[in-house]
Amino acid sequence: MSKYNLDYLDELEAEAIHILREVAGQFEKPALLFSGGKDSITLVRLAEKAFRPGKFPFPLVHIDTGHNFEETIAYRDRMVARLGEKLIVGHVQDSIDQGKVIEQTGKNASRNALQTVTLLDTIAEHGFDACIGGARRDEEKARAKERIFSVRDEFGQWDPKRQRPELWNIYNGKIHKGENVRVFPISNWTELDVWNYIKREQIELPSIYFAHYRDCITRNGQLMAASPFLNMDEDDIVENKQVRFRTVGDMSCTAAVESDADQLEDIIREISASKISERGARMDDKVSEAAMEDRKKGGYF
Amino acid sequence: MNILKFFTAGSVDDGKSTLIGRLLYDTDSILADQLEALQASNRKNDDGTIDLAILTDGLRAEREQGITIDVAYKYFQTDKRKFIIADTPGHIQYTRNMVTGASTAKLAIILIDARNGVVEQTIRHSYLVSLLGIEHVVVALNKMDMVGYSETVFNAITEKYKTLAAELGLKEVTFIPVSALKGDNIVHESQNMSWYKGRSLLHFLETVDVDNALQYNLARMPVQWVIRPQTDELHDYRGYAGRVLSGSFKINDQVTVLPSGSSSTISRIEIFDQQPEEAYAGQSVTLHLKDNIDISRGDVLVNAAHLPQSSRMIEADLCWMDGRPLDESITYLLQHNSKVTKAKISEIIYKVDINTLEKESAYDFKLNDIGRVVVKTADELPFDLYTDNKANGAAILIDSRTNLTVAALMFRAVV
Repeated sequence: MSKYNLDYLDELEAEAIHILREVAGQFEKPALLFSGGKDSITLVRLAEKAFRPGKFPFPLVHIDTGHNFEETIAYRDRMVARLGEKLIVGHVQDSIDQGKVIEQTGKNASRNALQTVTLLDTIAEHGFDACIGGARRDEEKARAKERIFSVRDEFGQWDPKRQRPELWNIYNGKIHKGENVRVFPISNWTELDVWNYIKREQIELPSIYFAHYRDCITRNGQLMAASPFLNMDEDDIVENKQVRFRTVGDMSCTAAVESDADQLEDIIREISASKISERGARMDDKVSEAAMEDRKKGGYF
Repeated sequence: MNILKFFTAGSVDDGKSTLIGRLLYDTDSILADQLEALQASNRKNDDGTIDLAILTDGLRAEREQGITIDVAYKYFQTDKRKFIIADTPGHIQYTRNMVTGASTAKLAIILIDARNGVVEQTIRHSYLVSLLGIEHVVVALNKMDMVGYSETVFNAITEKYKTLAAELGLKEVTFIPVSALKGDNIVHESQNMSWYKGRSLLHFLETVDVDNALQYNLARMPVQWVIRPQTDELHDYRGYAGRVLSGSFKINDQVTVLPSGSSSTISRIEIFDQQPEEAYAGQSVTLHLKDNIDISRGDVLVNAAHLPQSSRMIEADLCWMDGRPLDESITYLLQHNSKVTKAKISEIIYKVDINTLEKESAYDFKLNDIGRVVVKTADELPFDLYTDNKANGAAILIDSRTNLTVAALMFRAVV
C-alpha cells in the first residue's frame, strides 16, 4: 500500500478552506473581519480558494479606528476593487460621536480598546451570526485555548469556562438568537507559516510590512510611528529610522521594529531568527499577564 | 515538511506541563519576551530555576488553581517536522477535554511517574487512547531522576504496561525514560542513563512514521458547499466543494451520491486554479460530475464500488461531555461531518468504569461517562466503522435546547 503526506502548508490551507466552507454552509449571515493585516489578507486568499469562481458568501467588514496607516487603507481599497466583493466599514469615530465610547486621553491614549464597541454595533446592525477572524493560537496564551468556532453571547463575550468541546473536524455552529460565533480558520498557523504561505502564494502586502524610513519616537521601550494620532510632547525625540511593522493595527498601539528587511525572504529569515514574539510589539498586551483573556471576554476579536 | 499532532496524557503531578515546557524550551521555541514574562513570574522551582510549567497554563483560573483545565494548543518546529501539541488535563473530571484533544491527534504521550508506576490514571488514559484509536503511543516514564535513573525500575514498569497495552489492543508502543525537570531524554539524550539505547522523545517525534496509507476504496467526500457562479460565462458551472475525508478520487472514477444513491462520473477536479488528476484525503477540493444530479450540502460522494455502511440504528461508543446527563426521552441533533440529523439514544448497552475497565449495566450517562449505546437517527447515515475509517466513523451530539456539544460518538457496529 502506498503512502503519502501533505506538505504542512497544504494541510493548513486545506483545513482553513474546510472551516470557511463550514461557515458558508452553517450560517445565515457570516462576515469576514478584515483589518488590513497579513493574517486577514491571508484569510481573503483562502476565501478565494474556497469559493472561486463563485462569489464570497460573506462581505468583508473593516472596523476603522480612524488612526490607520494610510498605506493600509489604500491597500484595502485596491484589494476590494480587485476582488469585486462587498466591503462594510464600521467607524470608531461614529461610536465616539454617538457618545458610546469616550476617547482616551494622556500619553498612551489609543483607540484600540474602543473598537470592541464599534465591532459589536456593526455586528448587531447587520445581524451577523458568524465573524471570521485571523487570530492564531500561537499568538498568545489565552488564544491557545480558544476553539475554532468560538461562541460569543449577546454582549460579544467569550466565556473560557463554557467552551464547547471541538472534536475531530466537526464544527458545531448552532447558536441562539443574539449570539454569534467568531471563527478562526488559521488557528493552527504560526506567524512563520503565514509568512511562508504569503511567499508561496505571492500575495501582495501593504508596504508598511517591509523596511522603510519613517519618523519614530520611543515609548515604553518601543518604537512608535510619529503621527498626529500619538499624543506627543517635548520629551519625545523624533528620529528617522529604517523600520518595518510585524502586525498592522491602530497607529497608536502598533510598534515598529528596526529592520532592513525589504523582501519577503529577508522577513522570513528575520522572523526565523527573531527572539521577540509578534504580540510583543503590541502595547495593548503589555498591561498584565491576563490582558488578552480580559479583552476577549469583553468581546475583542 | 509535514505536521504531527500529538497530545499529552498525564497530570500536573506527573510533570506534564513541565515536559511540554521542556520540549519548547530545549528546542528554542520560547521567544525572548515570553521568557521575560516567565522570569518575572514568581513561580519558581525549588532550586530557583524557571518553572517551565507556566508556559502552558493559559487561563487565569488555571494559573490561580495551578492546574490545566482546558485543552491548550502549542506549536513548535524543528528542521525535520512541525508539531502541534494538544495539552490536555489529566484528572478524571476532565476526561472530556482529553477526548477532545485526542480526537485530532495521531500520537499520544502517556506520562507515568516512575516513582508510582502504572496507576489507575495510567489505565484510564490508555483506555482513552485505545478508544480514540490513536495510532502511536509513547509511554514517557518521567521523574527518572527521583528513582536514581534506575534501569530496574524502568524495566519493571514497562513489563507491567505491556500487559495493559495487550489487553487494550494498543499496537505501537514506545517506552522512553525521561526527566522533564532535568531535561533527560526530552530533547537531548540523557547522560545519566547509558543503559537506554533508544531515541530521545523529540528524536522519536521527529522520526516516527505518520504517513497516511492510501486507501482508494475509502474514497469519501462530504459536500460542504455547492459553487454555482451563475454568471454568463460560467452559466453551467456546478462544483461540489468539500474536503476529501478519506481515500482518493480520480478523474473518471464512478461515484455514488449518498443518501440519494444516484451515480455519476468525476469529470474534473479543481483545487483553486489547479486541475489535478487525483484528489487525496485531507485536501480541500471542488469536484465536478458528468451528470447534472441534485446534490446539496450534507450529501456524501463515495467510490461507487465501495459503499460505506448505511443505517438509522448504529451501535456506538459514547463519551458524555455535558453537565446535564443524557436523557433518553429527548431528541438530540447528531452531526456527522457536514450532515445534521435528529437522533435519540435508544439503548444503553453498558458503561465502562474507566479506572478499572469493568463494564457495568447502566441507566444514565453523566459528565465524563463512557460506554456503549445504540443511537437511532432520523435520516440514514452513510458512515464507516471507527476502526476502519476514523474520519467517517465519528459524530457529535448537540442538545438543541442549549446548542452545546454534549457527546462524542464513535461508530462500532450496524444494528
